[in-house]
Amino acid sequence: MVQLTLPKNSRMTTGKTWPRPEGANNLRKVQIYRFNPDDGKNPSLDTYFVDMDTCGPMVLDVLIKIKNEIDPTLTFRRSCREGICGSCAMNIDGINTLACIYGMDEIKGDIKIYPLPHMPVVKDLIPDLTHFYAQHASIMPWLETKTNRPAKEWKQSIEDRKKLDGLYECVMCASCSTSCPSYWWNGDRYLGPAALLHAYRWIIDSRDEATGERLDDLEDPFKLYRCHTIMNCAKTCPKGLNPAAAISHIKKMMVERTV
Amino acid sequence: MAFLTDRKRAAGMGSAKSGTMHHWHMMVSSVGLLILTPLFIFTFGYALGLPYDEAAAYYARPFPAIVGILTMLVGWFHFKGGVQTLIEDYVQGLARKALIIGTICLSYAAAAAGVFAIVRIAL
Repeated sequence: MVQLTLPKNSRMTTGKTWPRPEGANNLRKVQIYRFNPDDGKNPSLDTYFVDMDTCGPMVLDVLIKIKNEIDPTLTFRRSCREGICGSCAMNIDGINTLACIYGMDEIKGDIKIYPLPHMPVVKDLIPDLTHFYAQHASIMPWLETKTNRPAKEWKQSIEDRKKLDGLYECVMCASCSTSCPSYWWNGDRYLGPAALLHAYRWIIDSRDEATGERLDDLEDPFKLYRCHTIMNCAKTCPKGLNPAAAISHIKKMMVERTV
Repeated sequence: MAFLTDRKRAAGMGSAKSGTMHHWHMMVSSVGLLILTPLFIFTFGYALGLPYDEAAAYYARPFPAIVGILTMLVGWFHFKGGVQTLIEDYVQGLARKALIIGTICLSYAAAAAGVFAIVRIAL
């Protein structure tokens, strides 16, 4: 049976409230999930107050300011700061998104920041994405060809290239997969929206010659057919992509070659 | 604890090479129900509250009887597939298999009972 309650060692406790900075007029209250596997304690929600007059506009700016000026032990992933690397995906104000492109002005009231849901937590805002990456690798995210390599390049028409739009932009931030209830309950077997979007990106690529093998690998009640078109993936994707549509295209192709 | 690589854990036992026909059957039966459900409500609603003799005479006509039988068959077939998916979503291990078997038995029994009831009234 699925686990409907948090395990004992995952239940939240009230954390530390850090002092308000002196002389600040534009304060915002930020509550952040804290978990340290080394101290043996349950996760807690720490409260910070950030002076927005001396802080950048994005949620990632706030996190960096907290780490630099208030609490250097706060741990999170970040790299590009412009929505390209997908490192800073987290649950902000109840939405899985990228902290670097999510503006503080988009959030009303206090801000709550948690790691991506339903994943093992390494520390603070860092989820363990090992299985997620392994699932991505399992769909063979590369060009598979059988024809001898052409002298110059694998050609692709403008029309065929356009089919990859809305697919190739995925940055593998895991916001979609970790927002999907099917992935929560059956993430061990269901590939999830991100891996399936990437699978479709290679299935639909006119240069790829392994379409049949790719569809064979996906034809499974759990790998593919756990998608019930809940659409959380499309709603939450910080890049505006629609993994549910990609999955439905894969299902159509499955029917096409069967019926 | 098993020392499995991440890739082996992700691949699991590989593809079952099935699921498409289940998906197709669910799509076809849902379209069927889209047509049958209003017809069933219309015909059954007409007979509802009639004296037994008049209701039996109404169901002796081919259209309401066929609509009723088809609704029973397609409805319970769709129920079987839908509940199986639900069980697969939330239950694991032996309980999953037991519940799926139970659902199959319930669906066929309920469909048979429904058809028998309509046939008995109709004939």
